[in-house]
Amino acid sequence: MTSPLPAYEAPVPVLALGDVLLISLQGELHDGTAEQLQQDISRRVAGSAATGVVIDVSGVEIVDSFLGRIIAEIAAAVRLLAARTVLCGMRPAVAITLVELGLTLPGLVTTLDVDRAFDVLRRSDPGRAEEGT
Amino acid sequence: MTPTTDPATTRRLPIGSDADLAWLRHQVRQVAAGLGFGLVQQTKLVTAASELARNTLVHGGGGEVKITPLADGPKRGLQLAFVDSGPGIADVEQAMSDGYTSGGGLGMGLGGAKRLMDEFRIDTTPGQGTVVTVTAWITGIPAARRGER
Repeated sequence: MTSPLPAYEAPVPVLALGDVLLISLQGELHDGTAEQLQQDISRRVAGSAATGVVIDVSGVEIVDSFLGRIIAEIAAAVRLLAARTVLCGMRPAVAITLVELGLTLPGLVTTLDVDRAFDVLRRSDPGRAEEGT
Repeated sequence: MTPTTDPATTRRLPIGSDADLAWLRHQVRQVAAGLGFGLVQQTKLVTAASELARNTLVHGGGGEVKITPLADGPKRGLQLAFVDSGPGIADVEQAMSDGYTSGGGLGMGLGGAKRLMDEFRIDTTPGQGTVVTVTAWITGIPAARRGER
């Protein structure tokens, strides 16, 4: 028996809203799709004037160490490319599980929803990239 | 008394690709929800399953998972057994420690999965393969006291 899910997933769309890139993760994410996303975001940030990246995970039911690592690496690469990442919308059950797993994603800016994520990016002066913690 | 398992209700799923991992997470979620696990426990179960299945795929060269509902008196649980016939684990203690990785991950897989589950067992033979068996029991049901056995 093989899985009825397709072996290939469509890439995750990266939306540009002003100088912010918005990525909304939904449902089951294949490992390959997550790795593709990592490359897409880095390329888009480098090739545009984007100063912020918002990753909305409100539609994600689980984050395991693989996806957690991808998110942390996206944030690190985005930072090196002179932009900031805000992770938003994590479900409570996912947060509880990640802590127990030992993956607390330190240093990552988080908000409860997309609106607040944009607020955080708007408030900070992009010219001054000094960030707490 | 050992928990009763009904072999007829065991489901087997292949672990051979990242699409299989996605399907496995979906199936574990469904079975756990059907048994009455709450949302947080479901999430822990599915996350642990994802970690262990990825180990089976990456380190064991693929294999399968056996999903078995358990009953122990009034207690209900779910057992997952991840089976591969890969190289085995030479140093289980080292493999269990956080931060140790041989596969390019974060090294959270085994230790993390153990923390997420109620019971955890590794049977491994170098050169022959590894079976990781984990069990979670449904918590939070107002005390259905166990009678004498």
